[in-house]
Amino acid sequence: MADAGRHPNITLHTLSEVTGVSGYVGNFTINIVKRARHVDETSCTSCGECAKVCPVVFPDEFNMGLSSRRAIYIPFPQAVPSAYAINMNECMGRGCSKCLDVCDKKCIDFHMSDQEIQVKAGSIVVATGLEPYDPTQMDEYGYTRFENVVTSLEFERLVNAGGPTQGTLIRPKDRKHPSSVGFIQCVGSRSKRKGGTYCSNICCMNTIKSTLVLKEHDPDMEIKVFYIDIRAFGKGFEDLYNRSRQLGVKYVRGLPGMVEELENGDMRVAVENTVSGKVEFHDMDLLVLSIGVKPASGTQKLQEMLGLQLTSDGFYLEAHPKLQPVDAATRGIFYAGCAEGPKDIKESVTQGSAAAARAIRLMHKGLITTEPITSMIMEQHCKSCGKCVEVCPYGAITMDAKKKSPAKVNSAACAGCGTCAAECAFGAIVMNHFTDNQILSQVDVMLTENASEKVLTFACNWCSYAGADYAGVSRLQYPSNVRLIRTMCSGRVDEKFIWHAFEKGAPVVLVSGCHIGDCHYINANHWTEKRIDKVRKKMEKKGIRPERLQLSWISAAEGVRFARVMTDMEKLRKGVTAEEIMATQKLLQKDQKETVPS
Amino acid sequence: MMMNTFVTENHENVARIGVYVCRCGLNIAQTVDCQRVARHAGEIADVIVSREITYACSEPGQMTIKDDIKEHGLDRIVVASCSPRLHEPTFRQMMLQAGLNPYLMEMANLREQCSWVHMNAKPEATAKALDLVHMSVARVRLLTPLFEEILPLTKRTLVIGGGVAGIQAALDLADNGYEVVLVEKTPSIGGTMAQLDKTFPTMDCSI
Repeated sequence: MADAGRHPNITLHTLSEVTGVSGYVGNFTINIVKRARHVDETSCTSCGECAKVCPVVFPDEFNMGLSSRRAIYIPFPQAVPSAYAINMNECMGRGCSKCLDVCDKKCIDFHMSDQEIQVKAGSIVVATGLEPYDPTQMDEYGYTRFENVVTSLEFERLVNAGGPTQGTLIRPKDRKHPSSVGFIQCVGSRSKRKGGTYCSNICCMNTIKSTLVLKEHDPDMEIKVFYIDIRAFGKGFEDLYNRSRQLGVKYVRGLPGMVEELENGDMRVAVENTVSGKVEFHDMDLLVLSIGVKPASGTQKLQEMLGLQLTSDGFYLEAHPKLQPVDAATRGIFYAGCAEGPKDIKESVTQGSAAAARAIRLMHKGLITTEPITSMIMEQHCKSCGKCVEVCPYGAITMDAKKKSPAKVNSAACAGCGTCAAECAFGAIVMNHFTDNQILSQVDVMLTENASEKVLTFACNWCSYAGADYAGVSRLQYPSNVRLIRTMCSGRVDEKFIWHAFEKGAPVVLVSGCHIGDCHYINANHWTEKRIDKVRKKMEKKGIRPERLQLSWISAAEGVRFARVMTDMEKLRKGVTAEEIMATQKLLQKDQKETVPS
Repeated sequence: MMMNTFVTENHENVARIGVYVCRCGLNIAQTVDCQRVARHAGEIADVIVSREITYACSEPGQMTIKDDIKEHGLDRIVVASCSPRLHEPTFRQMMLQAGLNPYLMEMANLREQCSWVHMNAKPEATAKALDLVHMSVARVRLLTPLFEEILPLTKRTLVIGGGVAGIQAALDLADNGYEVVLVEKTPSIGGTMAQLDKTFPTMDCSI
C-alpha cells in the first residue's frame, strides 16, 4: 500500500470517481471527479489533533460501525495517503472551526472544492472490487435483530489488533468475552432464494482462518462451523482445514434453519445435521455469519461507461474464460480482482499482475494498430442530410451543414458499428468488411434452398453472437435450422437487409443485439430499436404480419436465453405458411419493380 | 493432417478461394460430416481447393493452408471451424504470413454454433454446416483488402480501484516504467483487504 502511495510513476487520486470515458484503445480520455478532502494531503502529517477537538461523532465505516470517528478523520492508521479528510455533510463548518484552530500546519480548508480532472491513458485496468453481502434480508439468522449475530467482516474488526477492541474479542450485547463461537457458512452464497447462486469462493477459508485465530487466542474456546461443503481447494488450504479440526473445531454439516436469542444473550441455533439426519440445537455465545461477495455497487455504471459486459451474477465478463481471463472484450481494458468474480487475495494479486502484463503487452511499442473496419463516405452520393452525424455514437462523422459539403469520417474515432451505413437513405456510406453486398450475399445463399425452413438471425458480434457461442460452449441444444449472420453491431442491420430477406422467402427474421444500456457502441442499438419499430409498422401497412420480424436483446453471458429465443423463433416460423411467404414475396417483388424502374 | 482434398483446376475465375473444413478432433467431426461438407464446398464456383483438416489452428493445419495458398495461388480463404471470436486473430496472422491481406479470410462457425448445439441432429447439423460454408464462400468472394492504421499511443494506464488487485496492477505497471493513474473512491487505498485481520494461507497481517 505504502509503495503505491509513494511510487514516482503512480499518481493517486483518492475520493475520486470516473465520470466519463471517451476515445478508444491506446488513447482513452477519462474524466474524473476528485471530491474535496478539505485537508491538504501533501502537508497533513496525520498528527490527529484535529480529530481530538472535533465535536461531531459518527459511526466508523472502517470498523463496520463498531466504533466511532469524528467528522474529520483518517479511515485507519495505515491509510494511504496518510492524511485526514473532512466529511462536509457531517461537519458543522465555519461556526465550529475547532480543527482549524489546532492545526499547526494549516492544512485544513473548508472552501476546497471538487476538482474535475481529465486523464489520457492507453489502457484501463478495472479493479473495482466487491461489496459484502448484507444478510439483513435473511431473517432466519436474525442479523440486526440480535446484537450477538455479527457478519464475518464485523468479526474481523473485533479480532483485529487495530480494531475497536484492540483485538480482544467481545460480543456486542454485553461486552462479554465469548467462550463459544458459531460460524454459519454460505450466507448470501449458493442460494436460489436470497443472495447469489454462486459460490463466493473465500468464505470457507476465511472461516477456517478465523477459527485458527480464535484457537490461538483461547485454545479452550468451543467453536462450531455450520456448512454445506467445505471448499478448501487452494494450495495449502487443506492443511489449514485439518489444523482447525485437530484443534477441536467442530464442523457440523447443515445450515441452520432458525436462530433465537436466549435470555442471557446467547444464541440458540436450530440445525438439521445432514450427517446424522437429526435436528440439533446448539447454544453459542456469539454467532458469525460468513457473508458472501457481491459485485461492487458502481459496477453497472462503469460497465455502461466502458461498454463492457456482465455475467448473470453481475460481475464483469472476461473476453474468454480460459484464454483471456483478464481481458475485457473491449480492447485495451483489463480486469483484476473481485470485479471479475469473487476471489481471495492471492488470486487478486495474480490477476493484478496479469492485467498489468497484458496492458504492457499492448503499450510497449508506443504504437497501436487500429482496426480498419470503419465506415467510408462515397462523396458523390452524399446529400449532406446530416443523418450519419446524428446517429454516430462517437461523433466520428462531421459535416459542414452551411456549405452542404459531404460528410467526413474520422477513421481513428470510428469504432465500426455501421449504424451510419444502415441509416443513410442514399446508400452513400460503405461499412468496410460489412458492406451491403457482403451481407446480402449471405442472405441470398442462405435462402437459396428451403428458405421456408430457416430462421434468419442477425447477431451482433459482442453480445448475441457471443451469447450463441456461449450456448455452444454450454452444449445447449436448440433447433438446427437457425442461421446466424454476424454484424459488429445490431445497428448495422439495414432496413433493406430485412426486406431483402422477406423478398427471398424468409419466413421469419430475428435481429439481436446487446441489451439497451449494454451496447458495445455506446448507444447504437437505440437506432436498431427505432428502425425495427419502423419496419414493423411498414410491414403492418403492407399487410405482412409484423410478428415475423423479431428483435431480441441477448447478452454474451445469456447462452440459455439465446437457446430459448431460438426455440421461440422456431415456433414462430412453424406458424408461417408457404402461402403467406409467397404472398409476401410477390408483394415485395411488385414494390421493388414500382420503386426501382429497370 | 491432410485428409480429403478436392481440387478444381479453374484459372478463369477472378477469386481463387480455399475452403478448410476443420474437424477439431472430434468436436466438429462427431456431429458434422466434414468430408461431405468439404466435397460440397469444392463444387462451389471459385473454390479452387477444399479440404477436410484435423485441426486447422494447429501449426501443421496452418502450414497446409499456407502451402495451398502458394501452390494454387489462392487469394481468399474460408476456415470452417470454431467461432471467429476465438481464432479469427490466429487465421488473420496466418494470412499475413502467407502474404495475403488478413481481411480476405472468413470463418464459418461449425463448432460453437453448429456441432455443439445440434448434437442430436447430425444430418441437420451437416446441412447447416453446408449452408454456413456456402454463405462464407459467398461473403469471402466479395471481401476487399483492408489496411490497418498505426497511431501513436499514450503509455499510461488508468487503474480504477485501489484494493489489493488494483494496487498490484499499478505497482507492476509503475515498476515497468509506465505511468499509472490510480483512482480510488474512498479516502484511502487498501480496499476490503485492509479491513482483514490475518489472511490465509499465510496467517499474517493484511496491510
